[in-house]
Amino acid sequence: MPDTPNDRIETFYEVMRAQGISRRSFMKYCTLTATALGLGPAFVPKIAHAMETKPRTPVIWLHGLECTCCSESFIRSGHPLAKDVILSMISLDYDELLMAPSGLAAQAVLEETIAKYKGNYILAVEGNPPLNEDGMFCISGGKPFVDKLKRVAKDAKAIIAWGACASYGCVQAASPNPTQATPIHKVITDKPIIKVPGCPPIAEVMTGVITYMVTFDRMPALDRQGRPLMFYSQRIHDKCYRRPHFDAGQFVENWDDEGARKGYCLYKVGCKGPTTYNACSTVRWNEGVSFPIQSGHGCIGCSEDGFWDQGSFYDRVTDITKFGVEANADRVGLAAAGVVGGAVAAHAALSALRRAQQKAVGQSNAAKAAKEEA
Amino acid sequence: MNVHSDPEPGGDLATPFHKAGTHKQTSVYVYEAPVRIWHWINAFAILVLCVTGYFIGRPLPSFTGAEATYQFFFGYLRFVHFAAGMVLTVGFFGRLYWAFVGNHHARQLFTFPFWSRPFWTEVWFEIRWYLFMAKEPRKYEGHNPLAQLAMFFFITVATVFMIITGFALYAEGQGQGHWMYRAFGWVIPLAGNSLDVHMLHRMGMWAIVVFVIVHIYVAVREDIMSRQSIISTMVSGHRTFKDDRPD
Repeated sequence: MPDTPNDRIETFYEVMRAQGISRRSFMKYCTLTATALGLGPAFVPKIAHAMETKPRTPVIWLHGLECTCCSESFIRSGHPLAKDVILSMISLDYDELLMAPSGLAAQAVLEETIAKYKGNYILAVEGNPPLNEDGMFCISGGKPFVDKLKRVAKDAKAIIAWGACASYGCVQAASPNPTQATPIHKVITDKPIIKVPGCPPIAEVMTGVITYMVTFDRMPALDRQGRPLMFYSQRIHDKCYRRPHFDAGQFVENWDDEGARKGYCLYKVGCKGPTTYNACSTVRWNEGVSFPIQSGHGCIGCSEDGFWDQGSFYDRVTDITKFGVEANADRVGLAAAGVVGGAVAAHAALSALRRAQQKAVGQSNAAKAAKEEA
Repeated sequence: MNVHSDPEPGGDLATPFHKAGTHKQTSVYVYEAPVRIWHWINAFAILVLCVTGYFIGRPLPSFTGAEATYQFFFGYLRFVHFAAGMVLTVGFFGRLYWAFVGNHHARQLFTFPFWSRPFWTEVWFEIRWYLFMAKEPRKYEGHNPLAQLAMFFFITVATVFMIITGFALYAEGQGQGHWMYRAFGWVIPLAGNSLDVHMLHRMGMWAIVVFVIVHIYVAVREDIMSRQSIISTMVSGHRTFKDDRPD
């Protein structure tokens, strides 16, 4: 194995071999990775070649206004193991949660990484910057987080927005959003941003996105909203194992009814699966053990924009809060139809009265005309 | 144009009903066959769409009789909704085509003379007629100006809105690679997310329901109280008049 001078980043292969992984295990790993990404066997040598020749990608992972559930999810990834991603695939040079140093030492690492890999590192952002009161609601290293975010983003190659917070704002941006928490794409407008929404995103989705980026050295294909198509191109509903009950018209009506016991569709108790783009119903959670619908609760749509502000988690026809009143489409519609129906009835009664008057006048005119003729 | 000269109460303008049917003004052919056929197909499609759409959002109680393998009720319900939506869409474009090749009445649905002062004066007159403030209605071969406004916003604009939001929702089921998603997928981030589009589509339904209530009521009322035929005109195409006086 060649020496690795300090000014050169090691390749994946070098790091893996240094950890005592055999060539044979390395090839197995490449095969598994190709499978996990949905690629054919022809990609296995390509992945192996990339890992042998390309330097590991430096990653800076920042934490803003968030709850760390993204990191909690990430470290539970089974395919590939988060350990493999962090130790072999990427060079996670700065992560406030997972790094050993703290305080000034940590800040020094950040400065060093930015200087050393200018324009080459990936910035992964968990959480978002609150902009109200000059960003004072989230202070990191003695300064508003928004300043740190902008500074690190300036020299980044690409940016990953982890979770609903960074992608859309999540709970801290829910109405009335007192801290003015703002998704990162509204703060950083000059860099490519991949959104990986979810609260948290699925572990395998997070590691899968990173694996793709370091393997092919490019962004995965994204949809209109900037989400990777390979994980967010279908709704949970499209691949839900309870879908046959939906098509049959078999719904859970109450949480303790026969339908709930039989595993019927949760649509009527507000499942947001039909309107949520994510991979929960295929990849599932905790190494494929289960996902919310499988455990008997509807999807709450946590990977969708503004899901906190869309009314009850237990209602399909959601509340309209946009006009300053709490109502839902059916209530507004029925009220409007009722008012108009009532108005029509009253109008009809008045019209009938008017018509009777007209008739009377017409008849008296007729009588008058007949008299004149006579 | 003698509307604004208020006649004496019970004067000449009150229609002599014993003379109804003896007047000489000939009927006018207003609604050509394609317009009439479209009207009734559209009406039927709207009825089907409202009923099925309501129950798609708020499903009926579950059918628990058999396993899901043997049932497809909700699937058929959605199929009927989508099929009626396709009929409505094709009908709408057919109707749009007829606006170009049909008579001038066929164009009323798609435009109104926004910059014309007399148009707005007559809209105001129609409002007064419906508020029982005008003694006698005017004669119109086609739609009266108020009706034309309502048609424009609640049929043309609302139908376009429902077609766009409806196809966006349908395209979601077709998948992101589908041409329909490429054509209509932009609606979803514009509205916020898929759930917002569902909500807007449902609000559109209620707007159309309100229009239908008013439309049917006014058609019946005008058939009785105005000076021209209304309901039979949408069947035969001919507008007949109840008196010979101009305007």
